[in-house]
Amino acid sequence: MLEITTNHYLVLSALLFTIGLFGIASRKNMITVLMSIELVLNSVNLNLVAFSYQLSDLTGQVFAIFTITVAAGEAAVGLGILIAVFRLRETTALDRSAELKG
Amino acid sequence: MDFLVENGAALLFYLFAAIAVIGALGVVTLRNPMYGAISLLMTFLAVAALFLLRHAEFVGIVQIFVYGGGIMVLFLFVIMLVNLHRLRDVRLFGGQAPAVAVLATLLFVVFGWVFVQARFGPPNPDPRVLDTVGMERLGNSQAVSWALFTQNLLPFEIASIFLLVAMIGAVVLGRRQ
Repeated sequence: MLEITTNHYLVLSALLFTIGLFGIASRKNMITVLMSIELVLNSVNLNLVAFSYQLSDLTGQVFAIFTITVAAGEAAVGLGILIAVFRLRETTALDRSAELKG
Repeated sequence: MDFLVENGAALLFYLFAAIAVIGALGVVTLRNPMYGAISLLMTFLAVAALFLLRHAEFVGIVQIFVYGGGIMVLFLFVIMLVNLHRLRDVRLFGGQAPAVAVLATLLFVVFGWVFVQARFGPPNPDPRVLDTVGMERLGNSQAVSWALFTQNLLPFEIASIFLLVAMIGAVVLGRRQ
């Protein structure tokens, strides 16, 4: 009988995490970068829930809910910044907003 | 048929894991952010199903409500607000993309190596703790709420202040000067 262990969840979450990381660091479109950040946060939640089951401890699930809260706030503020930048420059390309680059 | 019944949970895990990974790959590779958002929604729903398979019913439903409902609508609104025609001539990846791809693959190999080697033993013999309040089995939502409003009351209140701050911040940022 096939059995799904915590290891399966960890590997899947590592895969989602690295895909999200690739999106954050390589894409030029600000909207896609924000979506990749959501991917990374989601993969962390997957880990928290997997360990909550492994250890029979609810703390992991409670922490996952806090992570979702922070992700929601982050999306709202990030998209607000995106709208402000778009008004200023008429583009969502990240390399067009590089004044702070050293 | 027996095989399907016997390994139902495992097969569902592989199905939803595949959907989640395909959705994630779509997010980082599709040119049109609208398709990317739909692909992201696919990942969110698959991850919610994976939560359900791990006895996290409340987190799974919250995932669908908050991510599938709230955050996704926010993304779709913004994608429709910004002019998509202007995105067409924008380069998809920056010049550092190949290096990032190599590093990400390396990171996944390291993570995967560690995670495959790790031995946790069987899950705690009594997963029913996840839906028990006191001595009574009431359900996962009640158990999570109990943990949230007793042991974690202070973080809960801080989270509500955080949401207020984020809301005010988003309104101020989005306002016309």
